[in-house]
Amino acid sequence: MKPVILAATAAAVGFSAIGAASAEPTAVQWWHAMTAANAAVVNQIADDFNAAQSEYKIVPVFKGTYAETMNAGIAAYRAGKGPDILQIFEVGTATMMAARGAVMPVYRLMKEAGEAFDRNAYLPAVTGYYSTADGKMLSLPFNSSTAIVYWNKDLFKKAGLDPDRPPKTWPETFAIAAKLRTAGVPCGFTAAWISWTQLEQFSAWHNLPFASKADGFDGPDARLEFNNPTVVRHIAKLAAAEKDRSFDYGGRTSEPEGKFVSGECGMIQTSSAAYGIFKNGAKFEFGTTELPYYPDVPGAPQNSIIGGASLWVMAGKTPLEYKGVAKFFTFLSQTALQQKLHEVTGYLPITKAAYDATKESGFYAKHPGREIPILQMTAKPPTENSRGLRLGNLVQIRDIIAQDLEAVFAGKEDAQAGLDDAVKRGNALLAQFQAKIQ
Amino acid sequence: MERRVIFSGRLFPILLLTPQLIVTIVFFFWPAAQALRQSVERQDAFGLSTEFVGAANFAGIFADPAYLASVEVSFVFSVAVAVLALMPSLLLAVMADRVVRGANLYKTLLVLPYAIAPAIAGVLWLFLFNPSFGIVGSLLRRVGIDWNYLLDARQALLLVILAAAWKQIGYNFLFFLAGLQAIPKSLIEAAALDGASASRRFWRIVFPLLAPTSFFLLVVNIVYAFFDTFGVIQNVTQGGPGQATQILVYKVWYDGVAGLDLGGSAAQSVILMAIVIALTAIQFRFVERRVHYG
Amino acid sequence: MAGSGRGAWIPHATLLAGLALVLFPIYVAFVASSLSLGDILAAPMTLAPGPHLFANFREALVSGTLGTSGQGVARMMANSLVMAMLIAIGKIVISLPSAYAVVFFRFPLRRLCFWAIFVTLMLPVEVRIIPTYKVAADLKLIDTHAGLVLPLVASATATLLFRQFFLTIPDELAEAAKLDGAGPWRFFIWIVIPLSRTNIAALFVILFIYGWNQYLWPLLVTDSPGMTTIVIGIRQMIGTGDAQTAWPLVMATALLAILPPVVVMLTMQRWFVAGLIEPEK
Repeated sequence: MKPVILAATAAAVGFSAIGAASAEPTAVQWWHAMTAANAAVVNQIADDFNAAQSEYKIVPVFKGTYAETMNAGIAAYRAGKGPDILQIFEVGTATMMAARGAVMPVYRLMKEAGEAFDRNAYLPAVTGYYSTADGKMLSLPFNSSTAIVYWNKDLFKKAGLDPDRPPKTWPETFAIAAKLRTAGVPCGFTAAWISWTQLEQFSAWHNLPFASKADGFDGPDARLEFNNPTVVRHIAKLAAAEKDRSFDYGGRTSEPEGKFVSGECGMIQTSSAAYGIFKNGAKFEFGTTELPYYPDVPGAPQNSIIGGASLWVMAGKTPLEYKGVAKFFTFLSQTALQQKLHEVTGYLPITKAAYDATKESGFYAKHPGREIPILQMTAKPPTENSRGLRLGNLVQIRDIIAQDLEAVFAGKEDAQAGLDDAVKRGNALLAQFQAKIQ
Repeated sequence: MERRVIFSGRLFPILLLTPQLIVTIVFFFWPAAQALRQSVERQDAFGLSTEFVGAANFAGIFADPAYLASVEVSFVFSVAVAVLALMPSLLLAVMADRVVRGANLYKTLLVLPYAIAPAIAGVLWLFLFNPSFGIVGSLLRRVGIDWNYLLDARQALLLVILAAAWKQIGYNFLFFLAGLQAIPKSLIEAAALDGASASRRFWRIVFPLLAPTSFFLLVVNIVYAFFDTFGVIQNVTQGGPGQATQILVYKVWYDGVAGLDLGGSAAQSVILMAIVIALTAIQFRFVERRVHYG
Repeated sequence: MAGSGRGAWIPHATLLAGLALVLFPIYVAFVASSLSLGDILAAPMTLAPGPHLFANFREALVSGTLGTSGQGVARMMANSLVMAMLIAIGKIVISLPSAYAVVFFRFPLRRLCFWAIFVTLMLPVEVRIIPTYKVAADLKLIDTHAGLVLPLVASATATLLFRQFFLTIPDELAEAAKLDGAGPWRFFIWIVIPLSRTNIAALFVILFIYGWNQYLWPLLVTDSPGMTTIVIGIRQMIGTGDAQTAWPLVMATALLAILPPVVVMLTMQRWFVAGLIEPEK
């Protein structure tokens, strides 16, 4: 990121440093979970904002993993402390939304601070996830992504496959993976964020309910429904493929990405935000394409859903601090900054303007694969199965799903039993969440 | 054991104890009391609503197969770590007791892992055994062993046991060596003159005399494995695959921090505190005896 | 015992084998810190040091953590040093007098006081972390050195060890002091503490290592980036979400981070062994 560009645009957006030079700037705490290269981006954004004006000072603080950051924010809130801005991953959204009184909704923050804010400026797929049923935006999307497929062109060549023809459907995926194995590639394909890519995205992409009540959007009494025949069949196929490593499980979160970068696996399904990692780390040519689907499932492919994190503003701060937060959010939403973030990190552009600007700049013409995630997410108008998930305790539910999938992949349980168990245990957590917030 | 010579005065000893007591009460008993209260409540994550639920959280724990599995995992893990940390260090100590030259160098190097943070130790072992790029992990695969601790529960447990035991070997080694060096050489030489073989000398004379040290170390190592290995689990397996490496301390932290189930997590804390008090009582009695007869 | 003759090589061979196994993970970390990321990911990595050692260490020292933590390694090491010193010294300073009180006096509730301290021996801070945070916040200790250190100072290890050592101090010594008209305070300062030097040194090693290695509590209780410790800094370098881990840099930084506790351990090893083990006899 070039600080000069950002500083210049910041000035253009209308910050004034006049009259504030003498006073101590108001500190605005921003707790985040970004590591490695993304942490550097966070620090850079804060530095640029602080350099562009002198009334407020954004202080980014690393608070561990997403779960640890969320917990640190909650513990701090309970103790009457806490940051102004808290980065919460998408699975924590339901918990934050249920915490009325603990958060300052973004739409209100912007209104009270007198900052221009138009929710329609954001991509609908993104806004929908972070808004109430009546369309009020509660948090500001920061790093958004969706799941896509990456394939290793060199390995495709080695296996005698056309390096420019990735699989479109699941049957093709399994067939290509088997060919890769025959050619001596140690692993056909793998999938990161196993619950997210193989159940959550899979369900949306095939227009199947992950949970009842429109995946939880219509009320906290939603219950899990992913033990349906289509998903069971899919998981059984993955388990069968695990036996000969044409599919190879590599961990619950981002660990499998290492298996792709190292050239061990021919394909991977993971976050579009992994692009930067692969670009920097891979010593081979790779491409990106849409998630595969089963052609015999009616309505597939539908559209994929969002992942990543958004910024929540905590309640109980001073008007001056809120003013600073609002200014910072305006700064964050600038087209130039969003465009840059999108191009550097592989996260999605969250505003329409940033998307258009990226298109016009010819970026996608040069990097055709980079538009895939947005196209895939906006392919069709979302149904009630593909708006996203709004389920309490989703952090644990994901772990439960991963636990059961591990048992299925290890051959200890069959797919139906594993998914039934995950549904049963997950529903207990949903009931618990419902009881707590009512 | 009590001293014969004591000083008189009541206020002075209380003053001496005050700083320690204040810190203990404020940062141990006060939070513990809060945990006790939370264990009978149900609360949303932000503490916006609270409901008294009596023993429901405890009933929930004991009805939860995952908790019972965690108890089992904890015991297997602790015993295995203790055994694996003790056996090699005893062997190495016996060997070090025999060498004349270089003993200090061995001592110095063997104890190095003790200084490494569990979090960093976890990273080092992960780095070795990662099935994809870990040097040992990928070699195991190459020689035909299906090494994948991400799916294989036994391998995962083995890996965290190795990583946890590794950190303790040097510590145990130092204690064993000191214990060995304290045994009068005349005893052993007398036995040797009587024609006892080396292994017989070890099992008949040396080992019984080492028993107090061994028992002390056993307690220390079990306590270490039970309570101080959080960083290893968190950095290597995060409790998985399934719940194969979810020890009790990790589960308390996970349910409270990742799961935001404060009541359930607090109830688990209370159970752990009860275990701690029981273990403390055992160790206390043992320590007392040691001072008596040692 | 048998230091010569046939079979004399067995102890050395066993020890060398043990040493090789124990040091292997550290050696691999060292090798990794001298390679490029590509070398490591092209598994299995080599066991011979590569050409990037100096470059990696220079980057680790100069700029490696600036991006991720906003702090240089030196600053974070200094923070860890302050925390470890305060915890080690704090524990020793409050444990010495309490052990002295428990051993050399008879007063009401003595047993209870001893037990109250003793019970804290084992329960790690992770298990009571949320209520402890609440207490620290109520006392306005969040993001202060006091808040960072005090909850970790509550532990019984040191008290227990000093108590055991004090029980071995000959009665005659106390008798003589009493005859000379020395009060309990003077006896403590001039006789007991100097006699405990070795134990203090040994405990310092253990407690320094304990303090240096803390992760969860500092992460929760400090908010200022300027207070970040090195263990947190390393954790932040390891990609958790959608970010690539620069393993050579991580390993270089990890080696730097284990250096201070190792140095403390090595320089004080003589007392470490003596101080820990002698009271056991």
